[in-house]
Amino acid sequence: MTKDDTAIIETVNTALAEEFELDPAALVPEADIRADLGLDSLDIVDMVIVLERAFGMKLKNRQGLAQIRTLGDIHAFIIDLRDGDAPGQG
Amino acid sequence: MRRRVVITGMGAVSPFGEGVEALWSGMRSGRSALSLIPPYQLEGLSCRVAGLVPPVEEKHLPRALRRTMSPMSVHAVLAAEEALRASGLGAEDARDMGVAAGSTLGSPQMMQEFFTSFLTENTVEDVRSTVFFKVMGHTVAANVMLALGCTGRMLAPAAACATGLAAVCMGYEAVAFGREERMLCGGADEFHLLTAATFERLGAASLAQKPAGASRPFDIARSGVVCGEGAGMLLLESLESALGRNAPIFAEVRGSAMTAAPGSIAHPDAAAIAGCMRKALDDAALRPCDIAYVGAHATATVFGDSAEGRAIEEVFGADTPVSSQKGNLGHTMAASGALESILCILMNNSAMFLPTAGLTDPDPACGRIGHFTEPLTGRRGPVLKNAFALGGSNCTVVFDRYRA
Repeated sequence: MTKDDTAIIETVNTALAEEFELDPAALVPEADIRADLGLDSLDIVDMVIVLERAFGMKLKNRQGLAQIRTLGDIHAFIIDLRDGDAPGQG
Repeated sequence: MRRRVVITGMGAVSPFGEGVEALWSGMRSGRSALSLIPPYQLEGLSCRVAGLVPPVEEKHLPRALRRTMSPMSVHAVLAAEEALRASGLGAEDARDMGVAAGSTLGSPQMMQEFFTSFLTENTVEDVRSTVFFKVMGHTVAANVMLALGCTGRMLAPAAACATGLAAVCMGYEAVAFGREERMLCGGADEFHLLTAATFERLGAASLAQKPAGASRPFDIARSGVVCGEGAGMLLLESLESALGRNAPIFAEVRGSAMTAAPGSIAHPDAAAIAGCMRKALDDAALRPCDIAYVGAHATATVFGDSAEGRAIEEVFGADTPVSSQKGNLGHTMAASGALESILCILMNNSAMFLPTAGLTDPDPACGRIGHFTEPLTGRRGPVLKNAFALGGSNCTVVFDRYRA
């Protein structure tokens, strides 16, 4: 994990903790965003908006977004976007 | 057959703060709850004073509930919770209850947020999904029912400034005619420049530059509405249910009326207002001389106060005491009918009617009616509460102390 990866993880966790009032201790990579973090479909719509604002880029319709299940998936999704591994609008 | 309906709980969030006691002690002190609004730049708007709710404690509400609530819904839920507590009801008891509650509009702040993206950025992609639930017309009723877990009927009257009292009328009918055992009824609104601007564009806003004397119902120097915010909720319950659980009974709803005045969308109609009060008296099987006090809608507009005053003179003459609470509170919009009903009930129960703050020189154009300038003690009986609105909406409810 690079220093940049750590920064991305921190940005994701901070944005989600603030928006959804989550306990920072619950923000482990394996946390299921629905079952463990308690987000529902409305929250997930807003989660995308919050992450778009945090990273200054469009995430909606990106390939791989719909497959996200855990917090770790979100980290990997953003890191992949940075690395250009998941380009294109779906 | 019509059943007897009583008030077994009351809750308030007002410019005096959170809770019925804050409202009641603020009113008894005679002081003004009005304040200067933060500076802004908006061409065509010169309003400086409003009745703003101080910060409230809302963190106990789970985020999943708060996310769809603008301040008006938060205030309504806090008032609803207080009404339930006052009534001795627990969370489980709210399940079968219905709710009648509304606001003049959905959240204007959220509309602004939506249209800012829509108009300036040409996108709605960054608008949170929860914004819609704060903008929709029944946002207050829906959020109250969600927060309390109510499964009864959801009524969301949209009668502008008469909404809070219209909700009481509708809840009364639902309980009186056996459709519900309990209805939580009231209204809520949040201050926004849009509301003040609307009244100012109509030439009906107070342009006072300082809070003192900004709202002067019935006074010859009155200059218009001081917009406010808040929430009031009353728990209406069948007498049978209330007695069956030994509930506190704050008042009985004796009768109500809702009418329309189709003559004008904007100008209040004295004859229609008199008709509404007479209809409510008939519904309560009471005569004008039976009424101990009239709680006027009187918002301090030139035309509204004179129409209502003349109607009161026509129905009651000059001897029945009349006052308006808007001198202290400003006009809390959809909340006003509910908050002021609560005050009418409290005044009656303590046999102390409070005068109209800011009224020093009664305008003869408002009729010869029973203004008073000092608290009026030792008087009790049925009280009549009015609420009227742009659009020609009239509501009147008659409350009384409960007598077995």
